[in-house]
Amino acid sequence: MYTEKVMDHFMHPRNVGEIENASGVGTVGNAKCGDIMRIYLDIDENQVVRDAKFKTFGCGAAIATSSMATELIIGKTVQEAMKVSNKAVMEALDGLPPVKVHCSLLAEQAVNAALWDYAKKHNITIEGLKPPVDDVDELEHEEEEDE
Amino acid sequence: MIYMDNAATTRMSERAFEAMRPYFMEQYANAAGTYSFANASKEAVENARRQTAKVIGAKSAEIYFTSGGTESDNWALKGVAEAYAAKGKHIIISAIEHHAILHSAQALQRKGWEVTVLPVDEYGMISVQELERAIRPDTVLVSIMAANNEIGTIQPLKAIGEICRAKGVLFHTDAVQAYAHIPLNVEEMHIDLLSASAHKFHGPKGVGILYVRKGVKLLPFMDGGAQERKRRAGTANVAGIVGMGAAAEEAAANMNAAMDKIAAIRDHMIARIEKEIPYCRLNGHRTERLPGNVNFCFRFIEGEGMLMLLDANGICASSGSACTSGSLDPSHVLLAIGLPHEIAHGSLRLSLSEETTMEEANKAVDALLEIIPRLRGMSPLYEDFVRNNQ
Repeated sequence: MYTEKVMDHFMHPRNVGEIENASGVGTVGNAKCGDIMRIYLDIDENQVVRDAKFKTFGCGAAIATSSMATELIIGKTVQEAMKVSNKAVMEALDGLPPVKVHCSLLAEQAVNAALWDYAKKHNITIEGLKPPVDDVDELEHEEEEDE
Repeated sequence: MIYMDNAATTRMSERAFEAMRPYFMEQYANAAGTYSFANASKEAVENARRQTAKVIGAKSAEIYFTSGGTESDNWALKGVAEAYAAKGKHIIISAIEHHAILHSAQALQRKGWEVTVLPVDEYGMISVQELERAIRPDTVLVSIMAANNEIGTIQPLKAIGEICRAKGVLFHTDAVQAYAHIPLNVEEMHIDLLSASAHKFHGPKGVGILYVRKGVKLLPFMDGGAQERKRRAGTANVAGIVGMGAAAEEAAANMNAAMDKIAAIRDHMIARIEKEIPYCRLNGHRTERLPGNVNFCFRFIEGEGMLMLLDANGICASSGSACTSGSLDPSHVLLAIGLPHEIAHGSLRLSLSEETTMEEANKAVDALLEIIPRLRGMSPLYEDFVRNNQ
């Protein structure tokens, strides 16, 4: 049911872990629904994501999308990182089954929440960044139905 | 490969497979045929009827062949409800029934029947006192499963049967997981209807039985020809029925030895998991339990990840997590025994058979010793738990 890329990122997840004294941390999802993602960001003085780590409670797709999302944002400016969409994460994984699309949305939101936390802590404004939402399933989002 | 999903389906028995073989290309006659070529098919079906009846102490005339457990469950509920609608429109089921029962009951509800759903305790056991109180003058049927497919809990069938008999209410049991696995006797347990499915005890897929006590009224579920004494239309699945009969006979003959052997491996796995993996919970009853059922919740992790990593180790298992059910909710059985959602998401079922070896059992537990810490190492819930306990 999963693509080779999803399986690769599930079996060998990139950037699992925590960052001490992180520039920003975002946690989204809830245990009741079966998935929680937490993303840690280390952002340098030029507002470039130097490092990103994640911890995820969830299915194989949730772990793979977290892994891919961290890969996509490392080295990017906060502006660029903010624009990494759930669709970009899905495309990078060669697609997700329809029932797992919400995992990619959770990854997008986790990155956003971490950026929000960074902006708040450092008293800066990231243009266009929206505050994190509690329930990702209520968001308008682009669905890509594979398989 | 280590196959530990025997509650989902089993490998065919070689003896059952060999018994079926002649009924595809040699004895292919329709069992309803009037010519002598059909005699062998007819006799084979009747022989299987005797074999499957004997396992539960029934008469062969009380056995009806169906397409499997789901059909038998649907037929029992809907067929009895409609046949007895003049007496009353109330039925009683338990909260941990298979979907074939739950959804049949809901279908009746939509048509005006009232359904009482009995709760279960933390071990998945119904209360017979509560059942007794739930029976009303307009109750026509009680349907309580013999043994649960997820957590393996075996219900007090005899006590349930006695209450139903005393109150004049019919008793159906979904015995799909129990038939030919544990001793069942329709006389001693006062069972009026019983569903079973061949592929759960090393028979073929696509064939089952409904036992219907003589005298019980039941409207047909499949309309058509006059097969199965005009109660279940459709050309007899001769090969499948023969395979079911042979598998039932074989399983029943080996039952006592198989139960002891499988339960010993089950108990070894349970003991090892409880000793070697922290923050786990055995689901289901410790003693009133199917011999082949091991079901645990592991805190802080989710079931699908466990299944994928077990699969990568060549181990087939299943889970009651939302991700494996295709919905957002974890299994209704785990919620009914009182587990919170986040713990129910981390469930794992390993179901054994007489083919499971102690070596395989140890390999599966060894794999869990790697997999569970690995997933916990990725889990923000575990991270928070460790931080809060420092």
